Amino acid sequence: MIEFDGVYHKFSTKTSELQVLKNLSFYVPKSGFSAIIGPSGCGKSTVTKLVAGLIKPYNGRVLLNGEMVQTPRSNIGMAFQNPVLLEWRNILQNVMLPLEIVKNNLTDLQKKERARELLNLVGLIEYENNRPSELSGGMRQRASLCRSLIHQPEVLILDEPFGALDAFTREDLWLTMSRLRETGSFTCLIITHDIREAIFLADEVIVLSGRPATNQFSIKTEKENNDNLDQLYTPHSTKLLNILREQIKLARKNEMVER
Amino acid sequence: MRRFLVPLIAMLIFVMLWEWLVWFNEWPNYKMASPSDLGPAFWKYRILFFSFGWDTLWRTVVGLLLSIFFGVFLGMIMGFSKIIQEGLYPLLIGFNAIPKATIVPILALIFVGQHDFNTVLIAFLISFFPIAVSVSIGLSTLEPEYRDILRALGASKFTIFWKIALPKTLPEFFGALKVAVTLAFIGTNLMEIVSPHGRGLGALFDSGKTNSDYPLMFAVLIALAILGILLYYMVVFLERTFAGWADQLSR
Ligand SMILES: Nc1ncnc2c1ncn2[C@@H]1O[C@H](COP(=O)(O)OP(=O)(O)OP(=O)(O)O)[C@@H](O)[C@H]1O
Ligand SMILES: [Mg+2]
Repeated sequence: MIEFDGVYHKFSTKTSELQVLKNLSFYVPKSGFSAIIGPSGCGKSTVTKLVAGLIKPYNGRVLLNGEMVQTPRSNIGMAFQNPVLLEWRNILQNVMLPLEIVKNNLTDLQKKERARELLNLVGLIEYENNRPSELSGGMRQRASLCRSLIHQPEVLILDEPFGALDAFTREDLWLTMSRLRETGSFTCLIITHDIREAIFLADEVIVLSGRPATNQFSIKTEKENNDNLDQLYTPHSTKLLNILREQIKLARKNEMVER
Repeated sequence: MRRFLVPLIAMLIFVMLWEWLVWFNEWPNYKMASPSDLGPAFWKYRILFFSFGWDTLWRTVVGLLLSIFFGVFLGMIMGFSKIIQEGLYPLLIGFNAIPKATIVPILALIFVGQHDFNTVLIAFLISFFPIAVSVSIGLSTLEPEYRDILRALGASKFTIFWKIALPKTLPEFFGALKVAVTLAFIGTNLMEIVSPHGRGLGALFDSGKTNSDYPLMFAVLIALAILGILLYYMVVFLERTFAGWADQLSR
């Protein structure tokens, strides 16, 4: 579980201070899946870095399973818009990278088995010996997802993971993502610019205001199942979509007034 | 077949033209050597060619190794720390701006008689700069996400350097190493030519000069060309072995 409790953050540059987060609080329950949307540059990536312990909050508390996050910890998996695969390793070796960092008692064979299981799940099993540059953008992102899950993290953080993909590939990956969620048990926080992605994947959507970001709005999606894209076109989903669009508009309008 | 034949024929034509030029102008040996003089020159000094050729080769390689260690170390600390980079960069650029040919006689005087040390030192001084710059640029342009995927798991700075930063800069590193090997070779030869009573192919060249022995001088040039090619392909071989993946990327 992830908890933000009155978190403030600012970046100081040589000339000025930039307040990025202001009294931000939210809560993602264990095995929950929350999406964060908000205007560009409002501080969403900053939230992911705080969860990962890559930076410390200026004020307030960031908690994982009730413990304050002070430094990076190995029970976290991360994936970004840029798949950042290592070109000198093949796909299998790329996926296994976290197991070289995180302490574990697995034998080489067990590591490979685990990686292949994941690759199979995302449909990449035939490409385990290929170099990243030989794969399409969508395939690379699938490999990157496998890498973020190989050490079976309790928390998965995705920062606009499908942002650079075309609409069809993106929808494919949404389905892959829900498959991964069924087989694993992790708490997930996804940052996205795509409202439909947020509705499809998440149990709760959190809307951040413009910078400095604070809670503006949040809504539970309350869907029955997650195994096909049709559910995006039900009246319920359309209603959610409209509500969230209004909220984003509001966030951007306030931001313009402030500047 | 064609790949070998065309350069071979071009080379033959070049050698024949050269031979003809010397013959046509009736240049004597103390003015200009012809290709047919080179064989006897090589044969006459064959023992010196081997032992001096070895001197030149190992001095260049040792100088290059030193500049790899020092250059990578310097590039590493500059790549990781902005402050060190800001402090060292002007110094390095200033040092690099000095034409190294002017340092050669200075070193030759300071360490007079210590031929091996002299030569290795100049080979090192002349060649570490491109390596340091390439490594520091490679490290400082590493996208933060590459660092974050390992840092988020609690990896140490050294692990990140070893697993990601270093392999990622290897292509740039080898690009710089190709420049560095050529520079180190120049450095070695300059020093060998300048140092009195030295060893190495440069010294052999110099003795050819003092005796107006053109066949010997040209024979040394050919030997140097062969050594230079050998050194260059040594680097190419290492590049293929360690950074072959980047080769596929650009194709
Ligand atoms: N290391 C840093 N130093 C200084 N300022 C920073 C730093 N990282 C981010 N910022 C600034 O903080 C603000 C929030 O950045 P952040 O990356 O969290 O935004 P974001 O919501 O993820 O944006 P986007 O939607 O474009 O991804 C931006 O204005 C950015 O310029
Ligand atoms: Mg961002």
